[in-house]
Amino acid sequence: MSEPLTQEPSVDLELAQAHGLTPEEFEKVRTILGRTPSFTELGIFSLMWSEHCSYKSSRIHLKRFPTTGPQVLQGPGENAGAIDIGGGLAAVFKMESHNHPSYVEPYQGAATGVGGILRDIFTMGARPIASMNSLRFGSPDHPRTKYLVGGVVAGIAGYGNCIGIPTLGGEVMFHPGYDGNILVNVMNLGIAHAGRIFKGQARGPGNTVFYVGSRTGRDGIHGASLLASASFEADSESKRPTVQVGDPFAEKLLLEACLELMKTDTIIGIQDMGAAGLTSSSVEMAGRSGTGIDLDLDRVPVREERMTPYEMMLSESQERMLVVVRRGTEEKVREIFRKWDLEGVAVGEVTSTGHLHVQFKGKRVADIPVKPIAEGAPILKRPVERPAREEKDSRLDLARIKDVATPGKALKGLLGSLNLCSREWIYRQYDHMVRSNTIVRPGSDAAVIRIKGSPHALALTTDCNSRYCYLDPRAGARIAVAEASRNLACSGAVAQSLTDCLNFGNPERPEVMWQFSECVDGIAEACQSLEIPIISGNVSFYNETEGRGIFPTPTIGMVGIIEDARSAMHSYFAREGDLIVLVGTLGEELGGSEYLSQAHQLEAGAIPHLDLAREEAVQYACIDAITEGLVSSAHDCSEGGIAVALAECCFHPEAMLGAEVKLPAGKRLDALLFGESQSRILLSLQKANLPKLEKICQERDAPFSVVGAVGGNRLKISVGQDAEINATVAELRRPWSEAFPTWMV
Amino acid sequence: MKFGIVVFPGSNCEHDCYHVVKHVLRQDVSFLWHKEKTLARSDCVILPGGFAHGDYLRCGAMAKFSPIMESVTRFASEGGPVVGICNGFQILAEAGLLPGALIRNRTLHYLCQDVYLRTDSNASPFTRKIPHGKVLKMPIGHGEGCYYADAKTLSRLEVEGRIAFRYCDPKGNLDEEWNPNGSLKSIAGVLNERGNVLGLMPHPDRCAEAILGNEDGRVLFESVIGL
Repeated sequence: MSEPLTQEPSVDLELAQAHGLTPEEFEKVRTILGRTPSFTELGIFSLMWSEHCSYKSSRIHLKRFPTTGPQVLQGPGENAGAIDIGGGLAAVFKMESHNHPSYVEPYQGAATGVGGILRDIFTMGARPIASMNSLRFGSPDHPRTKYLVGGVVAGIAGYGNCIGIPTLGGEVMFHPGYDGNILVNVMNLGIAHAGRIFKGQARGPGNTVFYVGSRTGRDGIHGASLLASASFEADSESKRPTVQVGDPFAEKLLLEACLELMKTDTIIGIQDMGAAGLTSSSVEMAGRSGTGIDLDLDRVPVREERMTPYEMMLSESQERMLVVVRRGTEEKVREIFRKWDLEGVAVGEVTSTGHLHVQFKGKRVADIPVKPIAEGAPILKRPVERPAREEKDSRLDLARIKDVATPGKALKGLLGSLNLCSREWIYRQYDHMVRSNTIVRPGSDAAVIRIKGSPHALALTTDCNSRYCYLDPRAGARIAVAEASRNLACSGAVAQSLTDCLNFGNPERPEVMWQFSECVDGIAEACQSLEIPIISGNVSFYNETEGRGIFPTPTIGMVGIIEDARSAMHSYFAREGDLIVLVGTLGEELGGSEYLSQAHQLEAGAIPHLDLAREEAVQYACIDAITEGLVSSAHDCSEGGIAVALAECCFHPEAMLGAEVKLPAGKRLDALLFGESQSRILLSLQKANLPKLEKICQERDAPFSVVGAVGGNRLKISVGQDAEINATVAELRRPWSEAFPTWMV
Repeated sequence: MKFGIVVFPGSNCEHDCYHVVKHVLRQDVSFLWHKEKTLARSDCVILPGGFAHGDYLRCGAMAKFSPIMESVTRFASEGGPVVGICNGFQILAEAGLLPGALIRNRTLHYLCQDVYLRTDSNASPFTRKIPHGKVLKMPIGHGEGCYYADAKTLSRLEVEGRIAFRYCDPKGNLDEEWNPNGSLKSIAGVLNERGNVLGLMPHPDRCAEAILGNEDGRVLFESVIGL
């Protein structure tokens, strides 16, 4: 075997810049070390200070998020956040992006996205029990879109199904703005004992550092620094080697072995080797504990020959963990990993030096003070500037737009569009029932799972309307939070906390930073008002190809609790003769709507107004009504307006039920039927329960009106004296259920 | 009654089965690690769903070599009740304890959805409490559940009454539209010659409690209890 060290290039500014470091950052590295870094050290710095790992552009903004509350057990800063869900249990959850890898290689990109978020959860000591996702693809007509959709869905399914963690749903939208930059945001939630949450720490000099899981290969090198932290150019295909390859079977073994290890008294700290692999796990764990770590790379299990220390430190091979265990317990650890046929090797030791020492073939290849690299990452105050185009897009002269002439046809068009049609083609490929907890399956406003051994259930949702965020980032982000919370309310759940995945363009452009800053403020405002703390999250910048950025997409993943699991609610009508009640007011806001975009190719106007006090009143009226057992269904009115919401209510998966609805005449038919005014929920309930609902709405100060009744096999919506929509449920359902499979063929 | 649930590396429905047996039906139950050689005096053995060994090779092709399979085979040959659910069915077929094979679904996609099953044989420890012809609703979750066997085997299964369940419409009629994966003769579950080994693709373990909105799967577990 040749001597790899002699092949290492000498480090200069040019090489540092090729690693993504700026001249100032390179100078700072030299100051910290008091010398020029070795090649391996350069690799380590470039990873730790990449946008992906350091949050250098976003950090000053994220401080504005509310992150505390009585339910919060662990806020941002660890592998995932955790909340108390009663009965001595904690829900641990987080959402992450895997956008660039999924565009370059959709199956593996999406699969390893799932694998990564799962490790973030079980590294905390939680057993993952529910996955969600939020996907954005380009135009349906773009030649790459179908390939990407097929690959991403198969990748999420392939990983999640194999490891046996249900994928309970999420959201999918199409827009040409994502043609060159799709979004794959994946969320996972696990359950832990509230008193046994594990952290990524390396306390106690003398304790042993274990490498567990799969062997290290050359895959994923530069994933975090070059793939996730730079914009795409035309040569994205050439970045394929930076995408990792997932092995869900190995992860399943790792999951079970780690959970078994966590039942013993061996663990001091544990962290996933995800993005930036061995580098970030060792640096971050030592950084949090104020210690140092000695690593001996000769002991790292490798699956390829002649790997250099640089490659080992930078590899993003999947399904690996770094565990610090109490000295003297090593044999117990080895035994568990032997049982599961996994690598479990002591590769180092915690020290009091405060340095990361990396040893290879008897030579020290890296000697870096931990604190300056972990905490000294540059914090950037990037310029923020409101773009000029904003003005133009917010103008919408409705007088110049013809009102809808054939609302029935328009409704069918919306229901049969890729943005609003049934997602069954997707979620049928996800095992959404494994672990036998699923109470409300994909297709309703929120997914609901019971917690075994507890009377409660958890509701989960992901949400973001990025068109709103493009037209008005602050108000759009507020709506994303409000709507996620409303989705939970429709299942009967009180929102507890959220995780976010903030997807934006190139932060070096002031208008992107303006969008980011505004969205952060919008989220913070809504969270403060609705009392929903943020416990974890992820920022993904550089979602940009050849200077063209995506719509700002701050995806919200929210979790709520239903006190009595048996009261969990779905969104579709369930009983003939039930009354249909609108909680909230009709509203006629057409700006930024899906209808305007589809019928008039317009993405403009003022987005719907959101009054957070009203929002809260409507949501709690809905939750109270569900908790008291008054209602048969609850559905949020969102994209496509009240007409689409009513149609969806008719699509019971087993027995379609029609409805007859009368709405008062408004100024414009299209705005009335398809406008997307906020804070509206459609309930169905037995007539006998109406007085109780009325009382609840009065107490909560939520406006409400009876708009119709469930029954028959037609959906009939009259406005004033005229029947504007009158169609059989079957003919409305056909385009809705067939659109996706027909398009994918 | 004591149940033993075999855990292969990659099994992922072992906890679901455990929950039903232990917490819903209040029976004694233990996990049996695939490297073990004994069945811990189990009265009934369950091979749960999942992706044993990742299913990277043909489903079940690796699992059949696990040390515990020798004991399972012996237990079955002595008439002990054995049920393989989903991946467990695939393993039993690979191990030769059940005839036929499970191949890729007709659509080539993994499918997670409810199906309807017609009970065509109650001459087994797992179906004895189900009225003949009774329609059960049960979830499936598989990519390789299309039952395949040669014509001779199929007719033998039919003649000997060894087709336990067939995919059907909600009323119990056989209809290709309601056959989710393209299984020959709409077969969802089969029995061995003696009737003590059952393999089925649908998941009774996912529908045995009211809170999940469906209790149709419970009767399979109840049937075997008290034998």
